[in-house]
Amino acid sequence: MNGACPACGTQVLAGEAFCEQCGHDLSSAATPCTACGSLNVGQDGYCENCGMLQPSGRDHVEIELETSAGVSDRGLRHSRNEDAMGLTSLAQGQVVAIVCDGVSTSPRPDEASQAAADIALATLAKRLAEGDDAETATREAVRLAAGAVAASARPGEDSPACTFVSAVVAGRLVTVGWVGDSRAYWLGAQSALLTTDDATPGTHMLTAWLGADAGEVVPHIRTFTTDGPGVVLLCSDGLWNYYPEPEALAATALNDNPLAAARRLVRLANEAGGHDNITVAVIPFGRGERAENTVAFPKERSD
Amino acid sequence: MTDFTIRVDQNKYLPAGSQEVHGIITVEASGPVDRAPVAEAAEVIIVDTSGSMSYGKIADARKAAQAAIDTLRDGVHFAVISGNHQAEVIFPGGGRLAPADAQSRHAAKEAVSHLRAEGGTAMGRWLRRAADLFSAHQVTHPGAIRHAILLTDGKNEHEPAPEFDANLAYCSGKFVCDCRGVGTDWVVAEVRRIGSTLLGSVMDIRRPEELEADFRAMTEAAMGKTVADVALRVWIPRAATLNFVKQVSPALEDLTSRRTEVDALTGDYPTGAWGGESREYHVSVRVPSGNVGQEMRAGLVKLVLPDTGQVLASGNMLAQWSDDPVQSTRINQRVAHYTGQQELASLIQEGLQARNDGDVEAATARLGKARGIAEQAGNEETAKLLDKVIDVDPETGTARLKRVVDKADEIALDTRSVRTVRMRKDPEN
Repeated sequence: MNGACPACGTQVLAGEAFCEQCGHDLSSAATPCTACGSLNVGQDGYCENCGMLQPSGRDHVEIELETSAGVSDRGLRHSRNEDAMGLTSLAQGQVVAIVCDGVSTSPRPDEASQAAADIALATLAKRLAEGDDAETATREAVRLAAGAVAASARPGEDSPACTFVSAVVAGRLVTVGWVGDSRAYWLGAQSALLTTDDATPGTHMLTAWLGADAGEVVPHIRTFTTDGPGVVLLCSDGLWNYYPEPEALAATALNDNPLAAARRLVRLANEAGGHDNITVAVIPFGRGERAENTVAFPKERSD
Repeated sequence: MTDFTIRVDQNKYLPAGSQEVHGIITVEASGPVDRAPVAEAAEVIIVDTSGSMSYGKIADARKAAQAAIDTLRDGVHFAVISGNHQAEVIFPGGGRLAPADAQSRHAAKEAVSHLRAEGGTAMGRWLRRAADLFSAHQVTHPGAIRHAILLTDGKNEHEPAPEFDANLAYCSGKFVCDCRGVGTDWVVAEVRRIGSTLLGSVMDIRRPEELEADFRAMTEAAMGKTVADVALRVWIPRAATLNFVKQVSPALEDLTSRRTEVDALTGDYPTGAWGGESREYHVSVRVPSGNVGQEMRAGLVKLVLPDTGQVLASGNMLAQWSDDPVQSTRINQRVAHYTGQQELASLIQEGLQARNDGDVEAATARLGKARGIAEQAGNEETAKLLDKVIDVDPETGTARLKRVVDKADEIALDTRSVRTVRMRKDPEN
């Protein structure tokens, strides 16, 4: 990207180490303004040329792994992204994904969701590597994430709060854990919602969340087996508010690579209004296997 | 040192497609209770001694000037100018200012007691003489508070308009001048131009015997100033347009045309000298339209000492586009209040002009509307003055111009139309 030298204003090209006019060292220069390309962006985040507030690192985040992808986006109406996600692949093709949605009416919800996602991802990766089963690891991840969010409360203010949904995909098993109204879907020949919202029906009034004011946090944890190819989708309500039906989501998310699918879902939510932050994680499952129509619906494991 | 703070009142949320950003900038200066170092103040008292000042007015003017001299603290440098169709420095002379002490005050008062009313009126020449005294003084006393008091009772009849313009331009930035008009023969617009250019107040003095107390108060206020030559520095984004920069409290003063360019995006607007006081400014910026959710800095307002570039305080004006009508339609009370105060002043000035032009219909409409705004916004003094010019039926709201209006009331209404009241209730308290 081209820009202007912050010292003398001369046009400079991306990749140039020094300004040809005045010799100013450009390597130390800030990232160019996303709106006008000026290199003169103040420490407070406002461009000193066009005034535009620079997007924070979280306004649009993409994670692409070999087998899965996640996209988190500010949406169109919120001034910051209060969603957070975590995504990693482990040995033997295990994939762990987490989506947390900061509660907008609580203080610093962006910090709460990020803390929850970070610590849950680290915990799941560690526990699974140590040989814990997915449900035990998930329970421990939620416990530590809830503790981190609760500990972030400051005296004299309401408690920071966020939702939580995780998926551990291993072999033919999918273990889903959640607190709040972020969702997990199975998308395939017979798509289905895997979670039940912790919210008063028909409203966004949460009945469970992570936070110091949440009491003891007891996550829902369910494990499913699937017999056919499909996609596990985690998402915040920024997506499912517009597209709650599994079939509609499946029509968009299947038959593409994970990152393209995740981007397309985010774009759909933004085109529908982008009222909230949007975060989706797409984890394909059983790719290349032949669909067996009769058994493609995920069954809850009964053990 | 005086401490400055800047507060910005605005609703930063704009509906999609909207481009106008308004903010009220409140600047508060608070300093040590003790006053400015005395040696850093300079005062010039300018007394109209044209022929019209006879018949007793000159006696009151003498007393007023003497009261002002008495109010000067020891060490303040001062001079007295007698003005008619020319300007004479009656104290101390020699093109300089004298430090105030018992002896110099006595000598100055003695000189004032011999003032006689004769000759014409050429205010630009008086001011130019004061400017030269201040300039000479500033060589040895940079950073001194430079303040003048100008008293007049008549029209500027003996100085061609181009000369007056040139003299006024010559004085701009060299000192602050508070102006007082006494009697009913002076022209408000003329004296207001002096006050505006020299960043000072303009007030009408109905009875000459009120001059003494007023001069004392004015001098005391001038002695309370601690920082000279402060500027409001306004940055706007490259693609934006600065609609206006106005002082809106304690009095209206449009500073838009007073810009000194700092760089392509930044300009300085003069505010004169500051003591412990608070003033408010209305800044309006037209920004390029942004997308819903985007946030922009629409203006960066700083209070600076232009000579050194020292920043005393700063504040942000923001714009954020929102499609939530609850956010974007919320009206900031302070912006609304001062928008109303500006409308009130315009209505009064236009109404009085229409009245003098014989356009009864326009005068009645404007002054009647002004009466309503004055009452609503809490401008009690203005409402009382309007009542001397116009009758408004409280039941029907029908307005009717009074047939007989005291010229002094008309002058008072015109003069004070630019003085604003602060909001009755601060929403944040």
